[in-house]
Amino acid sequence: MSVQRNDWSLQRKGQIDQERHKERVRDAIKKNLGSIVSNEAIILSDGKRRVKVPIRSLDEYKFRFDYRKKKHVGTGDGKTQVGDVIGREGQPGPGVGSGQGAGDQPGQEYYEAEVDIDEIAKLIFEDLHLPYLEDKAKQAVQSKTTKFTEIRRAGILANLDKRRSILENIKRTARESGDAKLGRFKKEDLRYRTWEEQIKYESNAVVIAMMDVSGSMGDFKKYIARSFYFWMVRFLRTKYDHVEIVFISHHTEAKEVSEEQFFTQGESGGTVVSSAYRLALNTVAERFPPRDWNVYPFHFSDGDNYYSDNDEAVRLADELISTCNLFGYGEIGEEGASSYRRSTGALLSIFKDRLKNQQRFVGVRIDDKEDVYPALKEFFGKRGDQA
Amino acid sequence: MNDREVKELEEAVEQIWEIATVKFGLDPFPVRFEIVPASVMYEIGSYALPGRYSHWTFGKAYHRQKMMYDFGLSKIYEVVINSNPSYAFLLETNSITQNKMVIAHVLGHVDFFKNNVYFSKTNRRMVDEAAIHARRMSEYEFKYGRKVVEEFLDALLSIEEHVDPHLFIRKESRNADGRAKDEPGKRREGRYDDLFAKDELAENSPDSDKDEKSKLQPDHLLPEKDIVHYLMKHSPVLADWQRDVMAMIHEEMAYFIPQMQTKILNEGWASIWHSRIMRELDLPTSNHLEFAELHAGVVSPHKGQLNPYYLGYRILEDIEKRWDKPTKEDREKFGRQDGQGREKIFEVRELDNDISFLRNYLTEELCEELDLFVYQLVDDEEWTVTEKAWEKVRNQLVANMTNFGFPYIEIVDGDYNHNRELYLMHRFEGIELDMKYARKTLEYVHKLWGRKVHLETVVDEEALVLHFDGQEHDED
Repeated sequence: MSVQRNDWSLQRKGQIDQERHKERVRDAIKKNLGSIVSNEAIILSDGKRRVKVPIRSLDEYKFRFDYRKKKHVGTGDGKTQVGDVIGREGQPGPGVGSGQGAGDQPGQEYYEAEVDIDEIAKLIFEDLHLPYLEDKAKQAVQSKTTKFTEIRRAGILANLDKRRSILENIKRTARESGDAKLGRFKKEDLRYRTWEEQIKYESNAVVIAMMDVSGSMGDFKKYIARSFYFWMVRFLRTKYDHVEIVFISHHTEAKEVSEEQFFTQGESGGTVVSSAYRLALNTVAERFPPRDWNVYPFHFSDGDNYYSDNDEAVRLADELISTCNLFGYGEIGEEGASSYRRSTGALLSIFKDRLKNQQRFVGVRIDDKEDVYPALKEFFGKRGDQA
Repeated sequence: MNDREVKELEEAVEQIWEIATVKFGLDPFPVRFEIVPASVMYEIGSYALPGRYSHWTFGKAYHRQKMMYDFGLSKIYEVVINSNPSYAFLLETNSITQNKMVIAHVLGHVDFFKNNVYFSKTNRRMVDEAAIHARRMSEYEFKYGRKVVEEFLDALLSIEEHVDPHLFIRKESRNADGRAKDEPGKRREGRYDDLFAKDELAENSPDSDKDEKSKLQPDHLLPEKDIVHYLMKHSPVLADWQRDVMAMIHEEMAYFIPQMQTKILNEGWASIWHSRIMRELDLPTSNHLEFAELHAGVVSPHKGQLNPYYLGYRILEDIEKRWDKPTKEDREKFGRQDGQGREKIFEVRELDNDISFLRNYLTEELCEELDLFVYQLVDDEEWTVTEKAWEKVRNQLVANMTNFGFPYIEIVDGDYNHNRELYLMHRFEGIELDMKYARKTLEYVHKLWGRKVHLETVVDEEALVLHFDGQEHDED
């Protein structure tokens, strides 16, 4: 019989396998980006950095009973009667006899991984960037940065590089006396950092985000639009330093709103799409002259425009395309898509038929949460003529 | 924990051993205790054996348990290995009193491992064996790539519980009867002998005629419950190293199965003895209070669940009481005498597993006292108590324990449709399978078998057969 106490500080097996598990989580996230992108926990996260997201491919599949159909046995506190409700769905099942030693949890349907939104963003944005970015009016966007790039023997005391100076001192003492140690400082030991001015050229971009908030845009559709814009806004802000975003919401009339209002507003009323386009064009003319700015208008709607407005909408859309780099239009269908929306009455098909410049028009259709990520890639993916 | 405390524990071990063996008649293997930090405790707890092979599922379990510990939600107190000598681990952050209780508890477990008949054929050198397996596994990872091995394990582990620990005993008896064709001596040590039979499979073809068919399954009478073994032997697509991995997994699972079959009895047994031993230790009051609290926490009933410690403890106590003072009826009918309680529970510890334990000793009074009930999900929303009649409750509990909670699935045909397709049968006994999981697992079985696979089960009171051919799921 013995009692031992060894040094386990180097034991890392659990951690190593935990790494393997984390890797799988990362792979699973990549594969599941489609559903993660539109997951409520993220879109409605209000800026929280870490969010829990369900991932299905990490379940340990086995032949097992359906715990929802099983008859379970449990102990009570002494007064249990037939008909008592002991819990609502979500309660864990009994722990005996339904798993083996390796820490199985019975009854769990999917694996919830805690993810950092920024990490997900990185994964999603790997393949995205603003297309048709042209160098416009560099003067407007110069920003100066200073970088400490050189080491010189002369300079001001404030810029003394202490580490290097000490190193030089030791080297010199070693050379002179054979002993590498810190001697008395001489002027020749000192080293100074100097800077140079670097001028960064950035391209300017402005995104005009337009959203249909009419009565026909129900919660689901608004949510889809919101998901898309959530990632677009995040994406733009990480990739490009200088991006302006203008938020325009419309029903029969359009108005510019704040980001907050844009995402939370619920309106009603009819749909006159041209109102938004007109406002967009005016805004561009007033504040974002195309010679200085790359303009990207985007519009989300369910395609159900007021019939007699369609001509005007097409005309203005053409005008937008000719002044801007790219015009994006996303049509959101009913949850669980019906084919009605693909009919010729809807904007998407009208645009596809009648717009003059099809090359600078990207139209997508989103029927499901899973379609948001592909839509992002469609809009922001690589194109042949990249700047 | 400093050296003085380690010394104190050493002395405690001696003392507890003395009390357990001399005073109470327990008979454990010698035990090597090791004091470890929490991370190691959770690691061993997740792998169930120190030095075991690597897989991400262990990492997942480790992560979860460690998280629960870090958040103060749960704690593993003891990890003890069924081996000779036995190894047990003590948490270094425990108090002396806590560890004393763990030591006593551990001795109860080891006594159980040594003396319970279901453990009699388990490999007492499993720790070494597991290390050897782990080394081979990592050699394969090195040779074939980590991903390849991992993906294979993913598929294999989905069916790992479908193993029959009595497989080799069955084969021995079959050979003795001469029903099976001759095979070179099926000794227990020759576990890997069956790998040599794979030569026959080298030239198999899809349209096997009858002779070929019987040649392919020379010693295998269907139906076969041990899916792992069957696939290992007869799958047309596995490489040698994969069959070896299956043999290793099979061996490890066969080792663990008795533990899965005796959880309630074993925990009850260890709890009874830790409480009696601790009382003998004559601890100072404060320590004794600490122990009492700890003990109460361990054997407390959890509402709506089954705490094996609680159940086992109460039933064993009840048995001892009833055999110490038999009723008049017992005396007349069975000739029982007074004071046989101690002897009786030792007998139970030797001969029973959870199913027989519950079936034979869960009485009407106990069901009442323990307030046992059956509950189900009603209207997809509410977990509702549906049964309190003691016999029904007891029978349901026993039914749930069958096959340690896993569905009973057998291979009934390895040449279905004369096309080497695999046909699995779920022996339905009233509880339906989780269909989503069943389909996913069937995909894994297909990966291991290489040809179309079928699973027959019962859903909504009708027979249903699932098919998977590598591309699509189908059913009728």
